[in-house]
Amino acid sequence: MIYDVDLTTIWAAIIAFAVFAYVVMDGFDLGIGILFPGFAVGEERDQAMNSIAPVWDGNETWLVMGGGGLFAAFPLAYAIILPATYPLIIAMLLGLVFRGVAFEFRWRDERHRWWWDIAFTLGSVIAAMAQGMILGALLQGVAVENDAYSGGWLDWLSPFTLLTGVSVVIGYALLGATWLIWKTEGRGQAHARRLAFWLALGTLAAMAAVSAATPYLRYDYYRHWFEMPGVLLTAQVPVLVAVGAALFFWRLHRGAERVPFFIALAWFLLGFIGLAISMFPYVIPPSVTIWDAAAPAQSQLFMLVGAVVIIPLILIYTGWAYWVFRGKVGTEGYH
Amino acid sequence: MLASLDPVILARAQFAFTVSFHFIFPAFSIGLASYLMVLEGLWLKTGNGVYANLYRYWLKIFAVAFGMGVVSGLVMSYQFGTNWSVFSDKAGPVVGPLMAYEVLTAFFLEAGFLGVMLFGISKVGKGLHFFATCMVALGTLISATWIISVNSWMQTPVGFAINARGQFVPAGSWLPIIFNPSFPYRLTHTVIAAYLTTALVVGAVGAWHLLKDRSNPGARRMFSMAMWMAAIVAPIQIMAGDAHGLNTLAHQPAKIMAMEGHYQSHPDGAPLILFGIPDSTNKRIDYAVEIPKASSLILKHDLNAPMAGLDTIPVDRQPPVSIIFWSFRIMVGLGFAMLGLGLWSLIARWRRSLYDWPWLHRAAIVMGPSGFVAVIAGWVTTEVGRQPYTIYGQLLTANSHSPLAAPAVAASLLAFVIVYFFAFGAGFYYLLRMMAKPPERHEAEPARTPQRAAGITPAPAVDQNIAPSAVESADDL
Repeated sequence: MIYDVDLTTIWAAIIAFAVFAYVVMDGFDLGIGILFPGFAVGEERDQAMNSIAPVWDGNETWLVMGGGGLFAAFPLAYAIILPATYPLIIAMLLGLVFRGVAFEFRWRDERHRWWWDIAFTLGSVIAAMAQGMILGALLQGVAVENDAYSGGWLDWLSPFTLLTGVSVVIGYALLGATWLIWKTEGRGQAHARRLAFWLALGTLAAMAAVSAATPYLRYDYYRHWFEMPGVLLTAQVPVLVAVGAALFFWRLHRGAERVPFFIALAWFLLGFIGLAISMFPYVIPPSVTIWDAAAPAQSQLFMLVGAVVIIPLILIYTGWAYWVFRGKVGTEGYH
Repeated sequence: MLASLDPVILARAQFAFTVSFHFIFPAFSIGLASYLMVLEGLWLKTGNGVYANLYRYWLKIFAVAFGMGVVSGLVMSYQFGTNWSVFSDKAGPVVGPLMAYEVLTAFFLEAGFLGVMLFGISKVGKGLHFFATCMVALGTLISATWIISVNSWMQTPVGFAINARGQFVPAGSWLPIIFNPSFPYRLTHTVIAAYLTTALVVGAVGAWHLLKDRSNPGARRMFSMAMWMAAIVAPIQIMAGDAHGLNTLAHQPAKIMAMEGHYQSHPDGAPLILFGIPDSTNKRIDYAVEIPKASSLILKHDLNAPMAGLDTIPVDRQPPVSIIFWSFRIMVGLGFAMLGLGLWSLIARWRRSLYDWPWLHRAAIVMGPSGFVAVIAGWVTTEVGRQPYTIYGQLLTANSHSPLAAPAVAASLLAFVIVYFFAFGAGFYYLLRMMAKPPERHEAEPARTPQRAAGITPAPAVDQNIAPSAVESADDL
């Protein structure tokens, strides 16, 4: 039994890692899409696009990994979450279709480039919003009966899910802006720096609002966060966010190029840890735990063998691909 | 109004639509990735600049097609859960890990090296760049292997047990599941189909430009390569298809009966129905043109071998004859047309008129899209032919779907149709426009490589993109 439990927890961690990798990597891609209309037509837009063109496809693969991994390791969770958030999933996928084709199409059709730029932005906003709302829908709880979703097809819509949706849009935009601070220079960078300031304020406000609302959604969450002695640990999360905030604005003001991006990532990581504190051990609050939803041990074990060998390899060659395109985009470093 | 529609039919329509659209792209990119690998390899080996130019020419097309494949494939990884959640829950423990392996071993490999393949030409050495191209090509093949294994297991399920929750779980080893009875046949048939499809597209593009300028070296080379492929691979494909059919006869006889249009059993030799119109109410083929006993000869290698018909299968377990009778004939007919084109090209070579026979070139243009049509027709044959099951003989389609709300499924189906026609319609238009441009002597890199800073030059000015040093060694990548 212990063996079974361990395997399931490991898979929960692997999928959490894949989802986080997705949020981190596609987050800044989508963020650039969200900010795109604010960039000057021409060089600034092209630079922003070029900074993600070689990597967006790999970044998006983590979403396939998250979905596929959930299907394989926790088939019941996959079979409940997707029907429960049906319109959101469809909206996300269609948004990603537009976002994805725009990368190539905008270079192939100069006359309609403005059109594909709009599609790029709309697709990015819709995908980010839908992802945030899916998260909110999970947090607020999903009606389950007899191992199947038993709610209506609009149950996911609530003020809380709208809040989480908007929060993710703002957060991704921050990742996009800080990524551009790192990868561009000159006017584009100065613009990104101004955006990052306001977006950081927005992200912090959004984190505060979601954090304030979450414990009151369910007593379980409240208990996880505020009961002794756990509170000694959970209290570190907001403290670290605050320390990061001080560092962020200081370094942003001093002209740092990489630190803002990594602090924004750290905020996402802390938010992610906060989610885990709220939800664990449920994969679908309030009724389905990771063990309820787990695939049989032989399925999880079979995949684990591959995952342990292959995920490090993936990280190595993904890292190499990023390394190949290191440095500023669209400046002398690239000539 | 929407609520009166059958949500299961809508869900099936949605899956059929999204998967058929998706299948077009891998059918092309599997073959094209390998073709690019061959082109770059030949360039590195021979130093002949024609190969480098062709590589760049097709690389730009590959980038657009691959992007569409990625986004339409992403949709597929969520289609299982949105509309087919009962299937996902029950079959997840078996097919889920195989798909997870596809992501781990193939998708990341393709995506990870694609950036370097598209944009890294001047950033990594030639050897490393060739390595990236090889990895992308390998990724497409690994991807095909896993997903065909999943599909084949659903067609010929073995090596499983049913647990207390009613889930399919591996009974022991994973090997019989991965290498299930129809897998080797289906994989061979599908991968060859992808190669043939690509060859026909490349051949059509080459022929198009030969008609305009028969001295264009790029057009000549691509046409010749494509015609070799068609001549060699089309007959192999027909044999592979025949072997696949025999395998299907052994494991899914009802599918063969429907493909052949055999409503009735034939105790002493079944006819091969070439054409006719299936009449499913009266259970017969009208206006049939048939060769007596030929079906028994092909499928059992014996003129008088008895063949069971659909009358031996309960009505509610029969696949719909009227669809797959046609889709099968379309696929086979096109297969023989491809063989004909390949043979014609051999005659042209022998007559030394491969590049100066306009009718051959026109035929090659007409055959350009035939690979896609054949692939979709074959796909319809095998998928509709395994109805009424999702997992053959084990799980009915009618018992696989999610708790569906008709308005939600109908609205999302409509959204998919609109978005796909719009987004991918534009994509096809751009692809055709790129193909309509002849391969030039100094084919540019994809039009917006990140390393070219401010100079994001629009397509008409591509030639200016090449730095002077690059022009001198014009035939280098």
